[in-house]
Amino acid sequence: MTGMVALYIFMLAAFTGYEVISRVPVILHTPLMSGSNFVHGIVLVGAMVALGSATTPLEKAIGFVGVLLAAGNAVGGYVVTERMLEMFKSSGQRKAKGTH
Amino acid sequence: MPAWFSASLAIQASYFVTAVLFIMGLKRMSSPVTARSGILWAGAGMGVATLITFLYPGMSNYELILPAMLVGGVLAWWSGKRVAMTNMPQMIALYNGMGGGAAAAIAAVELYRGGTSGYVTGSLAVLGGIIGAVSFSGSLIAFGKLQGLINRSLRFSGQQILNLAVLAAALALGAMVAAHFNASPAIVTGFFVLALVLGVTMTLPIGGADMPVVISLYNALTGLAVGLEGFVLDNAAMIIAGTVVGSAGTLLTQLMARAMNRSLGNVLFSGFGDTGGEATGTVTGSLKPIEAADVGVMMAFASKVIVVPGYGMAVAQAQHKIWELAQLLIERGVTVRFAIHPVAGRMPGHMNVLLAEAGVPYDLISDLDEINAEFETADVALIIGANDVVNPVARTDKSSPIYGMPILNADKAKNVIVIKRGKGAGFSGIENALFYLDNTRMLYGDAQKAAGELIAAVKAVG
Repeated sequence: MTGMVALYIFMLAAFTGYEVISRVPVILHTPLMSGSNFVHGIVLVGAMVALGSATTPLEKAIGFVGVLLAAGNAVGGYVVTERMLEMFKSSGQRKAKGTH
Repeated sequence: MPAWFSASLAIQASYFVTAVLFIMGLKRMSSPVTARSGILWAGAGMGVATLITFLYPGMSNYELILPAMLVGGVLAWWSGKRVAMTNMPQMIALYNGMGGGAAAAIAAVELYRGGTSGYVTGSLAVLGGIIGAVSFSGSLIAFGKLQGLINRSLRFSGQQILNLAVLAAALALGAMVAAHFNASPAIVTGFFVLALVLGVTMTLPIGGADMPVVISLYNALTGLAVGLEGFVLDNAAMIIAGTVVGSAGTLLTQLMARAMNRSLGNVLFSGFGDTGGEATGTVTGSLKPIEAADVGVMMAFASKVIVVPGYGMAVAQAQHKIWELAQLLIERGVTVRFAIHPVAGRMPGHMNVLLAEAGVPYDLISDLDEINAEFETADVALIIGANDVVNPVARTDKSSPIYGMPILNADKAKNVIVIKRGKGAGFSGIENALFYLDNTRMLYGDAQKAAGELIAAVKAVG
């Protein structure tokens, strides 16, 4: 990827993030922060590549920690976001399930 | 296999799909109706990207990669399933810090190896490294503070100068690393140590009340660090996902800071969120206590009750009792609404999550703009463990630190009932003029216990 193309991707992605979140109701701020926290768990693929190409013991040790932390970010972020969003139901949905 | 097929093509195609799924997922998460499916979409994207990365050309060390993923994943799964909803903010801080640490680790592997080619890539790796490391250690401090492991906010004169000095030293070492592709390991180590120290010293002085803003900021920073390391690794999925989170998180941080009527710089550098020092403003009048039985009668015969929850409700785990109380009132024909201030609790929307956990439908919950006009027609405003977000001095007293912060107009209700543990001031240390108004009565006690008494009182009305 050439530098300019990368820069364009950066710019467009920045606008996308801004637009996607700009119309979010306050009630979803915490789940959405949690959701975006999950999304940057994509660092896992980078950590895998870094560890996958590590050669010295030092690089391997750091890479190992990196993959471990990244997996924690991705999995933990997913679990807590899913748990939170699972609870969001409207009155209608609750009545339909008979749990009011 | 056809000739045009290759592992790298499959990887690029999968990362493309992942980026689309992430953005669609975040989009769906921004509406209550589709939010649940949003995380499933994003999760599918993560699964695709992770699996395909095993095919990366030239990958080795699988015997290390798999155990690391397993240990990190299982620990996070276990803790994420167990954590109580009240403690969600610190768990998010913790997972976020892990992401920042991973970004810093990627930078460290690249920089120790001297593998970065060119000044631009080297600088990006250094920049992502320092941001990731600050987010890592800073988030751990935020976690410690919210979890109650760190109770004191360390503050001393010259602190900002010290932070600036640490930042300058870290950047200087970083510049040396970026300029020499084969910088000595000692310099790389020094760079990362300083970056980690900076995260600690930056976060320690910030008070508990400001933690939502800080966690959101570190979330954005981790996103940015991931995006930067994506450039270093030439990984489009990381660039796009990291940058999207970086900008979305920055916006969210600004929204939160604005809701508190403070600039981000003010949150980071003024350190008022904890003690506030002088309790400004002269409050006249007295605190007038009331018994639960009287409140029960008052609410049972009201036509409209607005509940204002705050962090005190979360601490006491009172959300279930409060909903039980609200249901009793609704059955009696009382209109019940929940009013949520943007910064109530420890994170934006924290109260919504807790109320959702208790089973409160989200259409009964209103934010500040929707509900503020309705207080004038409410018979009772029930304040549960909220303080600064209903303090009317924010409207009137120019000398108050919270002057100008938008507040819930609870004081406009005919009767204001405040459930509060003791007579102390709020998180900000500011006396609350609301408590001294003629139409305000104080119901002292733990929020859960008080709510239980109110339930009994309403039932007794028959």
